[in-house]
Amino acid sequence: MLKYSVKRIILAIVTVFIIALITFFAMNAIPGGPFAKEKAPEAAVQAVLEKRFNLDKPVGEQFFLYLGNLLRGDFGISLKTGREISTTIFESFSISAFLGGMAVILSLFVGLILGSTAALMRNKWPDRIIIFLTTLFVAVPSFILATLLLLIFSYVLGWVKVWSVADQNYLLPIISLALYPMAYITRLTKSSMLDVLGQDYIRTARAKGVKDWMVIFKHALRNALIPVITYVGPLTAYIMTGSLVVETVFTIGGLGSKFVTGINNRDYPMIMGTTIFLATLMVVMTLASDLLYKAVDPKISFD
Amino acid sequence: MANPLLQVKNLHTVFPIQSGEVRAVNGINFNLDRGKVLGIVGESGSGKSVTAYSILRILDYPGNISQGEILYENEDIVRMSPGEMRQIRGARISIIFQDPMTSLNPVYTVQNQLVEAILLHTKRDRKQAKERALEMLQLVGVNEPQKRLKQYPYQLSGGMRQRVMIAMALACEPDILIADEPTTALDVTIQAQILELMQELKSKLGMAIIMITHDLGVIAEMCDEIIVMYAGRICERGTAEEIFYNPRHEYTKGLLRSIPNFALSKERLTPIAGSPVDLLNMPRGCAFAARCDAAMKVCLTEQPEEISINENHKASCWVNVRDTAAEGTEGRQANG
Ligand SMILES: Nc1ncnc2c1ncn2[C@@H]1O[C@H](COP(=O)(O)OP(=O)(O)OP(=O)(O)O)[C@@H](O)[C@H]1O
Ligand SMILES: [Mg+2]
Repeated sequence: MLKYSVKRIILAIVTVFIIALITFFAMNAIPGGPFAKEKAPEAAVQAVLEKRFNLDKPVGEQFFLYLGNLLRGDFGISLKTGREISTTIFESFSISAFLGGMAVILSLFVGLILGSTAALMRNKWPDRIIIFLTTLFVAVPSFILATLLLLIFSYVLGWVKVWSVADQNYLLPIISLALYPMAYITRLTKSSMLDVLGQDYIRTARAKGVKDWMVIFKHALRNALIPVITYVGPLTAYIMTGSLVVETVFTIGGLGSKFVTGINNRDYPMIMGTTIFLATLMVVMTLASDLLYKAVDPKISFD
Repeated sequence: MANPLLQVKNLHTVFPIQSGEVRAVNGINFNLDRGKVLGIVGESGSGKSVTAYSILRILDYPGNISQGEILYENEDIVRMSPGEMRQIRGARISIIFQDPMTSLNPVYTVQNQLVEAILLHTKRDRKQAKERALEMLQLVGVNEPQKRLKQYPYQLSGGMRQRVMIAMALACEPDILIADEPTTALDVTIQAQILELMQELKSKLGMAIIMITHDLGVIAEMCDEIIVMYAGRICERGTAEEIFYNPRHEYTKGLLRSIPNFALSKERLTPIAGSPVDLLNMPRGCAFAARCDAAMKVCLTEQPEEISINENHKASCWVNVRDTAAEGTEGRQANG
């Protein structure tokens, strides 16, 4: 277990390093730069600025300078606003994390319940309705759902106010983020549950005189959960990228929108900072779901 | 005389599916007395497991009992509430299954699963239940029982898992143990060990056993009575002696012929020709008629009644009805 964890962590660090490397060179390969504007500043000014931020050095050297700073915990400052990147990331991520976290919890909670219900009531009307709705939610992309929700609940019905800094209502953004994974988890849980309910050990449990709901919760759910847990890592990845779109639709200033404006402005430290941060997050999530997997399925041994 | 411990009366079990109704069990009757061993034999698909699952009402979806009674100590299991049914399952009547590899829950330890059964049906607390679990593992001859308790099913061999299943089934001292082909999935030496263990436990604990198999040879010596099933009906029943040396139904004779080294047949091993009957469209007459070498006209149109050959032997076969009617005619010998 320890050996496995160490191996995975080293692998994770390498992964993040490679992502940083690729991003850095790709970013520098895009034409234009942070100070190349329509109204070009004077050549002398630009030269001073570039020297100040090491932009005059070869790209390779820049990369190692950046990495060196990073290891000291210094993400640099934004070339646009001059603020510390780490502060910006921290602030905007706390919004994204809240949105994403709530969406993950909501989709897991609703998905597991709906999926189990569909499995237990198979071929009856609750199953049919659940499967119809989830097919819909899986098929329609989140930005369309988000726009539709906004249109219906804010504009037509007027139940929920449009998000603004003054009135921070996260309900619609969370629902838009959660719908797809919720639908996916529902379907995953249903098929996995049906598979498990047909297993011999479920019959054994019933033959022992275990109560029906205990058969479901103790004997079936834990086995049915195994494929769902493998999905939690990718799910978080989905929600974090999905939130770029949803944050834009709802005009919420999360990490996603910082990332996008960073690219538009060629704000190199901002692009690098958000990329490395998101990559690390992904890698940690995947690692966590693998370790969680072990907790549920005794057959998985890591050596 | 007291009533038998278990009486199955005119049991019908069906599986309604899209294309019709699969009639898995079609009106069977049998009794089981305390401490006796009843063998049920028949080809694959003859309804042995469905009969067993009906008794515990653990049929797979969409199976259900459409008709009949199952009296356990004179109470009808078919009409029991789910709560009453749970008092029976695992406590009064237990079952072990064909495939020990898949019958234990993979995500819980042996101890967890044993203790669960014990806590459900006895007044023991958790600590006493653990002691009982250990005691049961020792009883069924699991080596290093202390260590096994902490292990997960995947860490045990097939034979070991079946022993654990037996321990779990017997932990609450049931009156009846149903063993649904308990050795089919195991290799030959382990098979013998498990059967030996069951016999030993029976003499120690005194429960009645319903022993299901498709291999007559395996169970003959331990059974007080044997029931031969075909297409969800009982075609012949009697003591092992009668079934083996005086078979009356052509299907039984076919089964015997398919046993290797069986004394009755000097010929080569012959499986029964033809394929099992379509349970969605049961024939009007004897279900075996289409495959039977001795079939007569009446066999195709009417179901044979069960007639007594002697006090230890009954068969449902028109050939025997005719022979019994024509007084003095000896039972037909196997033709082939
Ligand atoms: N879930 C089900 N759905 C539909 N039909 C079923 C189902 N389970 C059993 N049956 C029907 O019941 C018949 C009897 O099955 P059963 O399992 O009792 O056979 P068996 O005698 O135990 O055979 P085996 O020796 O293979 O275990 C089968 O032929 C099948 O057609
Ligand atoms: Mg069977």
